[in-house]
Amino acid sequence: MRQWNTRKQMREERIAAGRGFATGKLVDPETLVDFLEAVLRPGDRVCLEGDNQKQADVLAKGLAAMDPARIHDLHMVQSGVVLPEHLDVFDSGIAKRLDFSYSGPQSARIAKMLFGGKIELGAIHTYLELFARYFVDLTPQVALIAAVSADRHGNLYTGPNTEDTPTVVEATSFGSGLVIAQVGEIVDTLPRVDIPGDQVHFVLDVGRPFYVEPLFTRDPAAMTETQILTAMMAIKGLYQPYGVRRLNHGIGFNTAAIELLLPTYGEKLGLKGKICTHWALNPHPTLIPAIEAGWVEQVHCFGSEVGMEDYLAARPDIFFTGPDGSLRSNRAFSQTAGLYACDMFIGSTLQIDLAGHSSTITANRIAGFGGAPNMGSDARGRRHPSAPWLQAGAEADPDTATPLRRGRKLVVQIGETFGEGNAPLFVEKLGALELAEKLDLDLAPIMVYADDTTHIVTEEGIANLLLCRNADEREQAIRGVAGFTEIGRGRDKAMVERLRERKIIQRPEDLGIDPLDANRNMLAARSIKDLMLASGGLYRPPSRFRNW
Amino acid sequence: MEILHFDIAAPMPAGGTRKMALVGVVASGNLEVLVERGDAADRCAIEISTAAHGFRDLWDAVVADFVGRRAAGGLRIAINDGGARPDTVSLRLAQGVRLIEEPEA
Repeated sequence: MRQWNTRKQMREERIAAGRGFATGKLVDPETLVDFLEAVLRPGDRVCLEGDNQKQADVLAKGLAAMDPARIHDLHMVQSGVVLPEHLDVFDSGIAKRLDFSYSGPQSARIAKMLFGGKIELGAIHTYLELFARYFVDLTPQVALIAAVSADRHGNLYTGPNTEDTPTVVEATSFGSGLVIAQVGEIVDTLPRVDIPGDQVHFVLDVGRPFYVEPLFTRDPAAMTETQILTAMMAIKGLYQPYGVRRLNHGIGFNTAAIELLLPTYGEKLGLKGKICTHWALNPHPTLIPAIEAGWVEQVHCFGSEVGMEDYLAARPDIFFTGPDGSLRSNRAFSQTAGLYACDMFIGSTLQIDLAGHSSTITANRIAGFGGAPNMGSDARGRRHPSAPWLQAGAEADPDTATPLRRGRKLVVQIGETFGEGNAPLFVEKLGALELAEKLDLDLAPIMVYADDTTHIVTEEGIANLLLCRNADEREQAIRGVAGFTEIGRGRDKAMVERLRERKIIQRPEDLGIDPLDANRNMLAARSIKDLMLASGGLYRPPSRFRNW
Repeated sequence: MEILHFDIAAPMPAGGTRKMALVGVVASGNLEVLVERGDAADRCAIEISTAAHGFRDLWDAVVADFVGRRAAGGLRIAINDGGARPDTVSLRLAQGVRLIEEPEA
């Protein structure tokens, strides 16, 4: 007779082993390392909550301090590789295999460790894809998560940074795995219950808040006039003609500049209410002036942002908030919203090749994808029409009869032709391909595939790839906005002019954009302090962004 | 400091009557562009003082693109460059040409 409850039995054994260190569900934090060694088994699949922002930092330290002779060869399945401890466990042999999504601050070290064979790489996923695998073939045996507070039953309050927690707990707890939470305090009554206590097995009161990384704060003081020009082109050359109301923005300066131009340049163009009304977006401080000017109807957030808490709580008509008043973010739902319910994604990248593939991976930096590939892809399962989606579909495929013609999501890459350290945005060969060759990967880590990319915007112009009819046109459309990079200077000038006549390429002058308007005075806020003032003092910028 | 001189055909004559226009600032990664009226209506004279040496080819390309795209005929332009990227140079040149078309402030 087959046993049908071995996973639950295993969990019971782990719970029994952990009880020696706990009173009820409450584990003594002094015994963290011994506790973890008692409940973990070599080879376990472990989700150490490293989200885009929120980090289970105390549990990460505990995990890294374990004895690799006792616990080793763990398979880490976590969306964010953010803290040094997330990689320390691979150096010591505690962990062996890694499936992840994003590694922003650790991108250089993770590259070194992959090349050095310290990490056995499963795959680099997009968030939604990794979450999906939590429910299919990467279900964690143990999840180490973070929350603001807990009550004595293990109910958790995650606060504005709910992020990945409900998804991780759902997969782990209902998949018969063990859920361990670090919290900042134990309270009698929670402000709201984000995670029900019967899904949580152990709680550690670590006596301080979890670590959060401010990721989405872009200082308007650092915005260049080239970025302002590029943002104006996006508004006038894309947002206006397609009438884009539902969208997602990446986190770069170019899209932050667009946010700051809505109440000024957008107002001048008469676009209020016609574009940018509904968002799947992190709470960008640079969106405050547009919200205050009445541009924005609704925003659903993947996560929160440091300093934005009071502002978000004071604008419940715009943001999703709980009975306690504070923001409820949820990465899985917001990613789904971005994939299926937005008509445009616009974001930045580090490299674009001549076909239009883009990647943020270079030879010595493996930053991962985060959510960009979900946002920046056409949802083939989409079935509801909208004007921008139908218009993009018609441009891509003018010959198919309308009732059978799919629409297309607008997937836009925006950036200056030369990026950080004067690195050209346009390249012959992506660093992602070199990486795939070096590590012998079956699949190069491409962020946005060429066949999903509909437009490329640089300071030189907008390339509409939907209107290109063959690979040659596509290549010249890309070269035609590549400025003075090698790729740009290698253009066929006559062909680029023909593409311009067909509006496949549009220059600022074709769009009637006055270069004198590309001026910092056009920004609705020119500093972090301006953003704070625009919020009526509700936005409280982190100290590193305060210079007054 | 490297000094570069260009005197090239500029098919589109500059507009307006203003005598001169000044845009930008000399700072790292930025540049100052002084635009004045020159002698021949179909030529554009450009003098560049740059802190970054060895980019003659790139300046060639930027200047050729500029006179092809903008109404630069009849202008004399002096550039003080603090190592700006070509996109910044192009934008400043475009701003200079636009500003000299405007009525005196």
